Amino acid sequence: MTSLPKSPSPKRLGLVIDLDTCVGCHACAVNCKEWNTAGYHAPLPDTDPYGKDVDGVWLNRVHGFETTGDTGGNNKDGRTVYFPRSCLHCEDAPCVTVCPTGASYKRTEDGIVLVEEDKCIGCKLCSWACPYGAREFDSDGGVMKKCTLCIDRIYNENLDADERQPACVNACPARARHFGDFNDPNSAVAKLTAARGGVELMPELGLKPTNRYLPPRPAATVGAMADGASLDDAPTTGGGFLGWIDRTLSR
Amino acid sequence: MHPAYSVIFLTTATGAGYGLLALLGVLRAIDHLPHDRTFGVIVLGLALALITAGLLVSTAHLGRPERSWRAFSQWRSSWLSREGVLAVVTYGPALLFALSWLILQRNDGLWPLAGWAAAGFSVATVYSTSMIYRSLAAIPRWHHPLVAPVYLLMALATGAVWLNAMLMPFAPGNEVLQAVCFAALAAAWLVKIAYWRAIDSAVGDSSSASATGLTGFGQVRPLDPPHVQDNYLLKEMGYVVARKHSAKLRRLTHLLAFLAPLVLIIIQTATSGPASLAAAALAAIAISFGVVIERWLFFAEAQHKVMLYYGADRI
Repeated sequence: MTSLPKSPSPKRLGLVIDLDTCVGCHACAVNCKEWNTAGYHAPLPDTDPYGKDVDGVWLNRVHGFETTGDTGGNNKDGRTVYFPRSCLHCEDAPCVTVCPTGASYKRTEDGIVLVEEDKCIGCKLCSWACPYGAREFDSDGGVMKKCTLCIDRIYNENLDADERQPACVNACPARARHFGDFNDPNSAVAKLTAARGGVELMPELGLKPTNRYLPPRPAATVGAMADGASLDDAPTTGGGFLGWIDRTLSR
Repeated sequence: MHPAYSVIFLTTATGAGYGLLALLGVLRAIDHLPHDRTFGVIVLGLALALITAGLLVSTAHLGRPERSWRAFSQWRSSWLSREGVLAVVTYGPALLFALSWLILQRNDGLWPLAGWAAAGFSVATVYSTSMIYRSLAAIPRWHHPLVAPVYLLMALATGAVWLNAMLMPFAPGNEVLQAVCFAALAAAWLVKIAYWRAIDSAVGDSSSASATGLTGFGQVRPLDPPHVQDNYLLKEMGYVVARKHSAKLRRLTHLLAFLAPLVLIIIQTATSGPASLAAAALAAIAISFGVVIERWLFFAEAQHKVMLYYGADRI
């Protein structure tokens, strides 16, 4: 059924991604590929993986951006930001409502957006409808694939309790990824979002994505970098032998 | 957006076919068409052939065409599903209309209703085709109020110009149809110009900063790409047409889809005999090429917001 659930789901499962601590190592993307090529969406094919035209289906992509910095506030200096991009499990998911077959749907119980591959005709319209590029087409199987929030891990009682998290979250060495229920104010994801001012992506579209991104903290300014000071006008300070050399050379 | 030939053929062929069918239904209902059976076989045959070929070819771009019957199920939410349902339902009144004309040769009593119904469902099908694109907020150049009028008027104009050409050997000088041709071509031209002006001057709502949650951090631009070669997203959504090519193709659209058919139909009305027939036929050929270029540009010029992650500043 491609109509969206009428009432908000009791649970709103999703991810918090910390752009401050992400180091851009791609471990989340690799572990996602590893788990999901044998999981719900198996296989995630690669075409020509060792050749000239490498291509393949990945449900998580890690971009690296640079920012130029802004004139005001805490962000006046430019910086690099690593940015993992995957499905945000929107409340008003346009990828669901455009699906002509009912293959694309949003679960009423926890809000996860899934593709039922057996019903997918591979028309690709859902991937056109998603502004975030969360869906990738599997040209081998002729069907669409997307992040499942590792539905085959998070409810999997064959795994140890601390393993019942999405593969990307388990893999992250920088603890930049967190999983939980946004409807629970005591969950780690809700607390982190509140404490760090977690943001929606493209809020202007009003799709109400579940996942939140934590903006980078103000950059640490140490030593000569502080306040944009240049070494040329470093003040003469200190005494002793080095102070004497400094004063002598500064004359 | 990648201009897939199957979808360009689907939208232009079914557009012309439904435009033709709608005009046939209405003009016969108000008794402005020859009752000739041969004429009926040719024009109705062409309309249904264009529609059927377009629908069949459209399944070529599906990954799993054998499951396409499932696409009739989600008409409550999906415009693509509505298009499929309406396309199939339209065959009902269209075949009744064919029965009344080609076999029973009747146009009295309730029979004109079949023509009106075929026309109504044709318009609804073309409208739902246009809404597939119109409803996608991720692609602002499609998410535009003029998209549906462009689709409807282009369908009407191509259908009218084709009907005008095929009517020539049977009943030249159908003034109602010529008036429809002029009106549809002029209206389609104006709306298309307005659409192009609107998309050229539009400033996108989304930026690379809003797409990454980095509003307030200055300009955001890609540094390390997530993959080393084009992936599905870049192949499907990353199509870019050079500005100079798009300007040239727009000029070609002005010429072939609008100006040439208008001038040729004026020549057709001013002349008689073979010259008149040739002008009408050339108008039909010109608009066929014109509408394909117009539709190619509709896809190729559309920008998808996902490109904000791949170097676009604002979409």
